Amino acid sequence: MLEREQFLQQLHNHFPSRILKSCVKKQETTLVLSKEHLISVSLELRDLPSFAFEMLIDLAGVDYLTYGHTEWETETSTATGFSRGVNGSENPKDLSQKFPARFAVVTHLLSLIHNRRLRLKVFLSDGESVPSLVPVWASANWFEREAFDLFGIGFEGHPDLRRILTDYGFLGHPLRKDFPLIGKVEARYDEGEARVVTRPVSITPRVTVPRVIRRNLETTDNTHD
Amino acid sequence: MTEVRNYTVNFGPQHPAAHGVLRLILELNGEVIEKADPHIGLLHRGTEKLAESKPYNQSIGYMDRLDYISMMANEHGYVLAIEKLLGITPPIRAQYIRVLFDEITRILNHLFWLGAHALDLGAMTVFLYAFREREDLLDCYEAVSGARMHATYYRPGGVYRDLPETMPQYKSSRWHDEKDTAKRNANRMGSLLDFIEDFTNRFPQYVADYETLLTDNRIWKQRTVGIGVVSKERALQLGFTGPMLRGSGVAWDLRKKQPYEVYGELEFDIPIGKTGDTYDRYLVRMEEMRQSNRIIKQCVDWLRKNSGPVMVENYKIAPPKREAMKGEMEGLIHHFKLFTEGYCLPEGEVYAAVEAPKGEFGIYLISDGANKPYRLKIRPPAFVHLSALDEMSRGHMLADVVAIIGTQDIVFGEVDR
Repeated sequence: MLEREQFLQQLHNHFPSRILKSCVKKQETTLVLSKEHLISVSLELRDLPSFAFEMLIDLAGVDYLTYGHTEWETETSTATGFSRGVNGSENPKDLSQKFPARFAVVTHLLSLIHNRRLRLKVFLSDGESVPSLVPVWASANWFEREAFDLFGIGFEGHPDLRRILTDYGFLGHPLRKDFPLIGKVEARYDEGEARVVTRPVSITPRVTVPRVIRRNLETTDNTHD
Repeated sequence: MTEVRNYTVNFGPQHPAAHGVLRLILELNGEVIEKADPHIGLLHRGTEKLAESKPYNQSIGYMDRLDYISMMANEHGYVLAIEKLLGITPPIRAQYIRVLFDEITRILNHLFWLGAHALDLGAMTVFLYAFREREDLLDCYEAVSGARMHATYYRPGGVYRDLPETMPQYKSSRWHDEKDTAKRNANRMGSLLDFIEDFTNRFPQYVADYETLLTDNRIWKQRTVGIGVVSKERALQLGFTGPMLRGSGVAWDLRKKQPYEVYGELEFDIPIGKTGDTYDRYLVRMEEMRQSNRIIKQCVDWLRKNSGPVMVENYKIAPPKREAMKGEMEGLIHHFKLFTEGYCLPEGEVYAAVEAPKGEFGIYLISDGANKPYRLKIRPPAFVHLSALDEMSRGHMLADVVAIIGTQDIVFGEVDR
């Protein structure tokens, strides 16, 4: 615990103006950076012996559009009766005011020498792009393609930003929160045309287990902090 | 004067050496690879999206289907992330059982890898031997969970149930008479632990047999030595983990460096390679099987001597005993709530990683306090390794691509997710 606080202090001393926000939670250190400083901070994190983050372990996109959104209110339900006919989140309200922007690119770094991990976060809104980390860590290549494919996040300076996981000719970004779980089109083989044709999905989305937020387990929360 | 052009070959997605559904666009100059462009995603099932729409426990089964050669290792990463966010620790016996099955899984994975890799490079016999041993280990999976592959055995807070006291036995049939059946059942007369112990006693000889077939084999060496060399520095840059990183001479293993469960109390060594070629990675994985065998032995010893619960006694997370569910009001309510709504995780984000047989398998989990994950990012080791295929295969011959795909030990369940 103390070691992590010291490390955070060390980071703050070294990047006094370039860290927007930072925290240590669950024994994990997180830095929130602006996209202007992402590359310069990353280069120093990699090259300075006191940090030596030689490896980029993971890079993920996150969409905060429906953060905290529930499909079933648990507080008022006893007075008005339960409703099992839960509506899906077709038109989710934007509940992302908690966060600076809708999307985030989250990077997990690993230093083998110091046996230490670090999480970097960069927030960005729809249509914005962040500088690519491929020149700093080559392993970012496919992870950034993945984030581009699934979230529509752009990466400036990426050598080969193509879709990677979805089908050839796929439209939309499936891991965005406003993309329905069942997708938008369905495919079938058409006898007449003798090829596979796509058309809009004919089934309606259905929620089997409603999303609820309860706070009853938070008492056990302290042991790992 | 004819114009000389590179030509492009479409390798896969239905090629037997493509290990599933890899589609590789190869640009060749004669027989030399100029560029390799893997097209992945043919097995993309949207695991991350599906997990966002389900209570936590219902996604454990999806984890098995990621890397479907090392099922329980994936479950382990997932339940560790949930446990970290909940702030709970499973009972010590559950931790030993998890380590035991992690190592069984490692041997399962390495045996499959060895068989398939050798078969790709022309050695048929090893494949048959490796699958003979896999059969015993899959029986262990079956004994403990009821399923040979997709076990869903690890649960947040422990494991589904304690190790069984009996092993399933063969029955005589038209093809196997009484005498033959008795012989086949000889090591199945006791408990699961007896069966595993018998396996650990036999296994070192099996590994020696594989080594006799391959290690000094002239053809094997011609196909693997100096193929797909990755230096230490490049391995780190490319994000290699597991045997791929250790083959390049970096002594890094999460089981030693960031021990989870009871790995800190067990004795085992971490083999590393020297040159970072396909042959070194082969040697590393062979030694890892021996070390896993050592760990299994220690776990069996401990589990024999110590008994205890295998699941936390928190009925908000783990189901109550069957009798309690049938006989008590509280038990019934807990059971019903757990299996319909599930449980809510506190708000926050964690990254948990395990040393899966293929490398670091990580789960990045964001919870907004709901009974379903807000975002679940899976960090599959093979995805990162495959992204280096282009760099590793440039300048090699077409046939060496098969060796490089083999040495990367990729499984499309987790590459495509």
